[in-house]
Amino acid sequence: MRALTWHGKHDVRVDTVDDPEIVNPRDAIIKITSTAICGSDLHLYDGYIPTMQKGDILGHEFMGEVVEVGSGSTLKKGQRVVVPFTISCGSCFHCSKHQYSACDNGNPADNQDIAMELYGQPMSALFGYSHMTGGYAGGQAEYVRVPFSDVGPIVIPDGVDDDKVLFLSDILPTGWMAAENADIEPGDTVAVWGCGPVGLFAVQSAFLMGAERVIAIDHFPRRLELARKFGAETINFKESSTYEALMEMTGGIGPDAVIDAVGMEAHGLFVDNVVDQIKASTFLGTDRTHSIRQAIVACRKGGRVSMPAVYGGIVDKFPLGAFMQKGLTLKTGQTHVQHYLPGLLAAVLDDKVDTTFLISHRLPLEQAPEGYKMFHDRQNEVTKIVLKPGMAPQ
Amino acid sequence: MTGWQDSNGRDSAPPSTTKNDDVVASEIDRLDGSSGDTLIGRTVTINRPPAELYAYWRDFPKLATFMENVVSVEQIDAVRSHWVVKAPGGKTVEWDSVVTEENEGSSIAWSSAPDAEVRNSGKVEFREAPGGRGSYVTATIVYDPPGGAVGKLIAKIFQREPAIQARRDLRRFKQLMETGEIATSAWTRKQVEEENA
Repeated sequence: MRALTWHGKHDVRVDTVDDPEIVNPRDAIIKITSTAICGSDLHLYDGYIPTMQKGDILGHEFMGEVVEVGSGSTLKKGQRVVVPFTISCGSCFHCSKHQYSACDNGNPADNQDIAMELYGQPMSALFGYSHMTGGYAGGQAEYVRVPFSDVGPIVIPDGVDDDKVLFLSDILPTGWMAAENADIEPGDTVAVWGCGPVGLFAVQSAFLMGAERVIAIDHFPRRLELARKFGAETINFKESSTYEALMEMTGGIGPDAVIDAVGMEAHGLFVDNVVDQIKASTFLGTDRTHSIRQAIVACRKGGRVSMPAVYGGIVDKFPLGAFMQKGLTLKTGQTHVQHYLPGLLAAVLDDKVDTTFLISHRLPLEQAPEGYKMFHDRQNEVTKIVLKPGMAPQ
Repeated sequence: MTGWQDSNGRDSAPPSTTKNDDVVASEIDRLDGSSGDTLIGRTVTINRPPAELYAYWRDFPKLATFMENVVSVEQIDAVRSHWVVKAPGGKTVEWDSVVTEENEGSSIAWSSAPDAEVRNSGKVEFREAPGGRGSYVTATIVYDPPGGAVGKLIAKIFQREPAIQARRDLRRFKQLMETGEIATSAWTRKQVEEENA
């Protein structure tokens, strides 16, 4: 089959690789119909994520048709499914508490040591996202092997377009969980840093959860315009001082809840001595923790901090004093996708959440490398690229 | 005092985590028939009852399912089993192992037979975990340290530090017991065969 593979910094290629097969009883093989490039794929593209290997197949936002099932799968051939980016077994302690992204068992035993050294406990597994999180082949391909297919994939009713449900795989539940982690109360003012896909879904989710005002912060005019479309007020941080603007806009109180949907995407990975020490990688970038620091300082006393943004290392100059003195709460984590899927599928089908607005480009899988470059270089107008295997050249 | 405190009022940290050589020595003495002077211990929580985990483990031939370097285990009699383990260069090493102490449903201790080329001993315990989380499974292994001839041989056979090997084998045991399969990122059967080779 054809698949988008990683070969190094800014070097991704579409190669011919072996077709996936059923290797464990609970597996299913999915024929991909749509697969998106995620903002976090750019971390891989930029070489910020350690434990990548040449030839790794990328992609963790995908859906398609079931073409083969193992004896333990509950799926049936011909069903259309969206697959969560988190690989969860459904039977460990964490899964039983619906903390699916903390699953103990998805990550192969040998890979678990890497995260254990870094974070104290092994990480769960994700599709197409380095060997620390399992080394699983991703979905930017014609076919993919889906482990624990009786737990993850959600079946999509006939007649619903891929474009409408594809983002159930990651960014919609991630934006939703970001808003949920902000413990929004009716009447709240919520500030969201970053108007990428997760930030924009967090804006929509925050309103659905009862926020009276949502203030979205970015510097790409096109993305701020999308945030305004969903009712958010906006701050372009290139044109105004974010902290001053937030304080003025909230009468000196500060936002009740703040959401960092930027993370290392825009600013690079933190200085990370521990990572260096264990030589997890020789190419870890270094940068500031600007958005989370700013969010904590702006947040009102007794407010809530939600951090869907992806971070990997050790943070320097974290405003711990402001955090303690103001009595803030922080919630974060990889998304427990499986927990949110039934509710969010219903919300999408009832048109409570708009998903298709995000897609700015559609490309055949063969042009995926071009897509990565576009997404990387032109973030203002390229909001989301969906790859479709077999689509005519664009 | 709770059921989790040591009945002798001692510190609760397991002997395998001690910084004190005397504690290691006395723990090794407690393990009947042990050989070697290095002690490692690993505990994993498995979301299944202790009796079920004990029963799977006690059926020694099944251990090869999740122990990476074990080719086969053959049961000779009630307490003796014959082990075939991978060695470098496509070779194997074999030895007999004897169950030295056993508590139905809760623990099994073993030691290699006195004439074994690769001497090793240890104990696996299955305890009910708090909060309905299933079981704590603790493997304690005693071996000669790297540097000694036998220790070197063991390190070669297990291809990595015994503590890491034990940790990984316990994780595979957990995966098998909780999910019915062992997680792999291989996406073809050929890749699985290469992984198991």
